[in-house]
Amino acid sequence: MSGHASKEIDTTASWGGKVSPFSVSYGKLMMWFFLVSDALTFGGLLVAYGYTRYTFDGMWPIGEETFEALPFLGNGFPLVYVALMTFILIVSSVTMVLAVEAGHRMDKKGVIKWMLATIIGGFFFVGSQAWEWSHFIHGTEFGRVQLSDGSSAIVKGEFGDIESFEVIEAGAHSPAAGELITNENISEADGDLMHAFHHAAEEGHLEGSNATDLKIHLHDGTVAKVNRAADKDLQLVIKEAGTKYAVSLPSDKETRIHGEEATELYYEAITAGKVIYGANMEQNEYGPKQYGQFFFFITGFHGFHVFSGVVINILIFIGVLRGIYHKRGHYEMVEKTGLYWHFVDLVWVFVFTFFYLI
Amino acid sequence: MERDDVIEYSLDTHHSEEEGKKIRKKIWFVTLLLTVVTAVEVLLGAFVKQGGSMWTTVKIIFIVLTLLKAGYIVLTFMHLGDEKKALKWIILLPYFIFIVYLMFIAFNEATAVGAEM
Repeated sequence: MSGHASKEIDTTASWGGKVSPFSVSYGKLMMWFFLVSDALTFGGLLVAYGYTRYTFDGMWPIGEETFEALPFLGNGFPLVYVALMTFILIVSSVTMVLAVEAGHRMDKKGVIKWMLATIIGGFFFVGSQAWEWSHFIHGTEFGRVQLSDGSSAIVKGEFGDIESFEVIEAGAHSPAAGELITNENISEADGDLMHAFHHAAEEGHLEGSNATDLKIHLHDGTVAKVNRAADKDLQLVIKEAGTKYAVSLPSDKETRIHGEEATELYYEAITAGKVIYGANMEQNEYGPKQYGQFFFFITGFHGFHVFSGVVINILIFIGVLRGIYHKRGHYEMVEKTGLYWHFVDLVWVFVFTFFYLI
Repeated sequence: MERDDVIEYSLDTHHSEEEGKKIRKKIWFVTLLLTVVTAVEVLLGAFVKQGGSMWTTVKIIFIVLTLLKAGYIVLTFMHLGDEKKALKWIILLPYFIFIVYLMFIAFNEATAVGAEM
């Protein structure tokens, strides 16, 4: 029996070959070495992020202001979504360690059950990250505006719903004057009402001075009145100072611009085309461009690890189903893929703290 | 397949139903701990504002809680606590030394970038 063999080996001959001085198999040791090098990569990325933030002169975006949206429920839930993602990853890490434990008892059914749960958890995480990226790229309803004094501000509050565009002058593809454009009959080029509205704002194709009194110029030459509810509690959070407004303090909401003044400044900016929505590699509405780049690179690189982890888990899962490891007499392959999976969770714990919390 | 020229170290990690119960109990304890710590972090992040008087303290709490979480994941979930001491330190020590050095050099020099000599 090979199990007994390990106990009969003379320990003084440990370095003579054959025996591992660490009492682990080659595969497991190499997995650990790989994880150390991968951890150095992530460590390097997070240190680079900290370095960039530390050298940056000005307001760096704040996690609880940037990440406060939930699917279907809208805004006003600071960090809840990221916390949920963290929880999903922790739970899938737990199911993985339970699969490893079942493997140590040669309990094939247990391994199957817990590995399946792990794979499902992994898909959930990748899916929620896709939503988060999509939300980050498309941005908020308000966007970030540049005010007339040169300062720049992010916007908090509740965006008044766009119900329809009421045609004033018909364009090439629009209904006749007096009729409504809604999400049902809007042209494909415009996408939906919100998309058309954002696009017009970026191009400076809006006219008016508040939410309920706006005119929009669409692609095809249509001029329409925007039927919209009023915004609620619109606040401008100044992020870059201009000649008139100073930077708002995160710790004091009174330093934001409120009320009439905020509405006036906001609609002055978006009718002048001085607004950015969402994020790409060049600019983003949340802060300096390095912030967006680090977001994409760090969470993307982590997401890539999660994705490859799910793929590896599926491959090993197939092996478990076919009974390969049971025949072999041990489930070490499950343990090795488990190490990688826990590592992915470990990295997320650090990304969560240093990118989202601090 | 059994070969007597290969030592299957993985067989040493096998355990009985009895021991399994104890291990599972520990796993659920760590789960609870990680969840509670994450919840505490989120609450602190949502309610304590950056730049306020409490912020530095909260930042330190975040880092301590993160290292606590990381410790439980590595030592319990990844079983590094159960491996031989030599293996444990050969993995942890070089990493700590290098990352602390990198942090020191990056943050210490960050203010020097763009500064006039």
